[in-house]
Amino acid sequence: MGISPKRAWPVLPLGLGQRGLWPNLFDVIVFIIIAAAFVALAHGAREMNEPLARLDIAPVTLDPANLPEYALRTTLRMFAAIFVSLVFTFVVGTLAAKSRKAELVIIPALDILQSVPVLGFLTFTVVFFIRLFPGSQLGAECAAIFAIFTAQAWNMAFSFYQSLRTVPSDLDEVSRHFRLSAWLRFWRLEVPFAAPGLIWNTMMSMSGGWFFVVASEAVTVGDTSFRLPGIGSWLALAIEDRDIRSVGLAVATMALVILAYDQLLFRPIVAWADKFRSEQTAAQERPRSWVFDLVRRGRVIRQLLALLAKLTVRLPVPTFPASMTIWTRLWQGRAGNIIWIVIVSAATAYALWLVADYLRANLGVNDVVGAFGLGFITLARVIILIAIASLIWVPIGVWIGLRPSVAERVQPVAQFLAAFPANVLFPVVVVVIVSLRLDPNIWLSPLMILGTQWYILFNVIAGASAFPTDLREASSLFRLRSWLWWRKAILPGIFPYYVTGALTASGGSWNASIVAEVASWGDTRLEAAGLGAFIAKATDAGDYPRVVLGIAVMSIFVVSINRLLWRPLYQLAERRFRLD
Amino acid sequence: MDTTLAAATVKSPLVTVKDVEQVYLKGGGGELQVLHDVNLSLKGNEIVALLGRSGCGKSTLLRIIAGLIPPTGGTVTIGGERVEGPARQVALVFQTFALFPWLTVLENVEIGLEAQGIAPELRHKRALAAIDLIGLDGYESAYPKELSGGMRQRVGFARALVVHPKVLLMDEPFSALDVLTAETLRTDLLDLWSEGRMPISAILMVTHNIEEAVLMCDRILVFSSNPGRIVAELPVELPRPRNRLDPKFRELVDDIYARMTEKPAGKPAREGVFPGTGIAMVLPRVSPNVLAGLMEAVAADPYNGHADLPALAAGLQMEIDDLFPVADILQLLRFAEVAEGDIHLTAEGKRFVQAGFDERKGLFAQHVLTYVPLAAHIKRVLDERTSHKAHANRFRDELEDHMSEQDAEQTLRAVISFARYGEAFAYDEGSDILSLENPT
Repeated sequence: MGISPKRAWPVLPLGLGQRGLWPNLFDVIVFIIIAAAFVALAHGAREMNEPLARLDIAPVTLDPANLPEYALRTTLRMFAAIFVSLVFTFVVGTLAAKSRKAELVIIPALDILQSVPVLGFLTFTVVFFIRLFPGSQLGAECAAIFAIFTAQAWNMAFSFYQSLRTVPSDLDEVSRHFRLSAWLRFWRLEVPFAAPGLIWNTMMSMSGGWFFVVASEAVTVGDTSFRLPGIGSWLALAIEDRDIRSVGLAVATMALVILAYDQLLFRPIVAWADKFRSEQTAAQERPRSWVFDLVRRGRVIRQLLALLAKLTVRLPVPTFPASMTIWTRLWQGRAGNIIWIVIVSAATAYALWLVADYLRANLGVNDVVGAFGLGFITLARVIILIAIASLIWVPIGVWIGLRPSVAERVQPVAQFLAAFPANVLFPVVVVVIVSLRLDPNIWLSPLMILGTQWYILFNVIAGASAFPTDLREASSLFRLRSWLWWRKAILPGIFPYYVTGALTASGGSWNASIVAEVASWGDTRLEAAGLGAFIAKATDAGDYPRVVLGIAVMSIFVVSINRLLWRPLYQLAERRFRLD
Repeated sequence: MDTTLAAATVKSPLVTVKDVEQVYLKGGGGELQVLHDVNLSLKGNEIVALLGRSGCGKSTLLRIIAGLIPPTGGTVTIGGERVEGPARQVALVFQTFALFPWLTVLENVEIGLEAQGIAPELRHKRALAAIDLIGLDGYESAYPKELSGGMRQRVGFARALVVHPKVLLMDEPFSALDVLTAETLRTDLLDLWSEGRMPISAILMVTHNIEEAVLMCDRILVFSSNPGRIVAELPVELPRPRNRLDPKFRELVDDIYARMTEKPAGKPAREGVFPGTGIAMVLPRVSPNVLAGLMEAVAADPYNGHADLPALAAGLQMEIDDLFPVADILQLLRFAEVAEGDIHLTAEGKRFVQAGFDERKGLFAQHVLTYVPLAAHIKRVLDERTSHKAHANRFRDELEDHMSEQDAEQTLRAVISFARYGEAFAYDEGSDILSLENPT
């Protein structure tokens, strides 16, 4: 990762800025509609038991000569997904910000979709995409890209929406006063203003994406299974063959790829985007990038970029003819509201019926109760792991953050570790558990937080670095010692940063549970009881009703924890512990 | 017929504001009248000031004229065209500059032309001419954050002038600048105006600075608040360039001060300055230390308890916007009297100044509880309850029946800060609870 929210207030995580803790009517409605969409997909998937045997994919081999190509293909999938996510963000984020009607549905939908375990999407979409392009690899590629997209898009769209809603009122007035067209306004005001938050969220999304690019290349859903050429498939094959050397190669390649995209892409973008920060004062510490400096000095590239910028603003845009006014007026008036409410209510009613019918036909009450039980087991794991990680990393992070020379060197490493897809390392852990005959119920758990604990570390480092020098001096002047110093000075000081880190870690851990609660090494299969294992097993078995159930229960858990724990903590942090 | 029409256009004012009303809906369902029965006209070749205290609705009026806010009632006509939506013939200069931080000076100036779809070459040429005119050459490729406040506002002027508006609207354009920078910019602008080098026919400026209005304008419209309306129209016939030390200049400034401190008729004398009555009075947030400081300043030499407000403001390097709320609160608390541009301390005010720290607190608490209805109300409620505690929301809700959420919060905060200073009652921010006991 390229930047941290140093000095600046930590970037607002999805949905936490909103007031109100309890789900409103629209949360419930949207939840039902999303659940119904899954039901419909699951139904469609079962209808076509088309085996993938005919799929023409070159078999993946563990030949190191292939590794660069695999790395490239994995990376390309990643960028295809990020591009789709950006388009989605611009369209959906804008729609939500501009239309009250759309906002009512889109915002709760983003909140829920982001807590739906991403692998859940894979189950349904694989079959859909393969059917879309019968007999071709393209379908599988699309499915993989879509899976990554689902790990990236929601927080980006939400960040964009939030920026659009908080455009400074004077700049909004200027734009209206000089009668900027909607298109010009979008590129001159809205996108630049949203850029810093959007870039930060895109980088977070990239990390999430790496995690799933690995998981989405080698897919088994019921009878359907395929391996797309890429690092993920390489890894899956290495695990099957118990080839620890190949696992090591994959880890090294992954590290190189992440380092390269950070240096070559994100750092230059962050350095360039510094000018979009809306504070009017010159920053004390500006993000730097050697690539950016090179580009800036090179005239050719600079002119190319300028040309590109001109093209975006000049693109021909369809303007809506005035004759549409009757319909627009009808839609925007009272009648429009009523029509909208009727449409949403009808969709909800139908969705409710669909879900209830499907669940009744395929599952009993016991299944539901069981899934919630497993959910609580996973919840306990997440809570304990976050607590342990906090106990370890908060003191270390504070120690590092208060020493600028150390922080400067450690911070990029922590950010790199957060971006690294931890599931690449799982086989190593599994080998250890198997050889030492440890209890998987306990020892598989740390895998959930392997990749996400770093968010706690680098946010705490950022918080401690931003701790004001005068407060530090005052504390030492008054001889605040040990526990008192922790309690009165530094813990409140880093609290907002810690909350940001911990909630990111917690959300990531839930998602990781699907991969982490079931792990295998060759024929050896380890399993821990939990909701993640429940979903993973159901996916492998192609048991769609249980996949739907598992995903729904996990979403309920994640949304509830966000509302009941993180949102109040975040508001507390914002109210009481803000230092600027 | 053509000639009569042309003659009519020449004679008819550039801007006509007729019977404008502005009403906002409040949280509690009530209405807040921001502007009432505003009529004005702007002729060619004149600079007119809308002068008033902050929150009197003058900026709202400017935005209504610019077509950024639709008025609740009445009409605005510019050059014979009725304003419905952002007006074409005006350009606005903002108090906060409102520059796009990610665009260079040149790009910022070009934005209005870009929106009009003017070809890049012509756009460039016009923007460079405007930048040149306003004294910004050399800064074309700089970003706003690299510029000082004065230079930023010059960009704001260039951006407004480049679209060749008939009327330049200015919303407190100098109030975010330091004294020296503001004066330089004013002088430069007046020079350009008197030399006829700006492509505009008239200027309408909003300001709270009396001297600025007298220095720059041909006509001053004095605004009063609650609801905002024009209470006086004063022509300024001093020859240009004007001298601030000219006795006639001072006389005019004093006269306007007096008009602006005049008590509104038909309302209880002391409460009248604040919107609302009784507990529904909207109070500004003024620190008790500032109140004490002003009383000490008035009591000391050379004023000895009686001061001329303009002189006092100049001596304290304050603007009327800062000074008026302080004086108003002192008046409400019966520590001072304000009339005809003068302030003098009451006997109680003098006692306060001479008292020691503890006695000051006691006296202050006594006056707050006697003369601030909301403070008295809170105290009564706390006294009546056996627990001597009350949730602040109880009062917030009560206030919101009469005023906006924001005003309610501001008023409650003001009263809490008075009560804390005088130790009349306590407030715990964490639990949002008011109580009689002080933390031990």
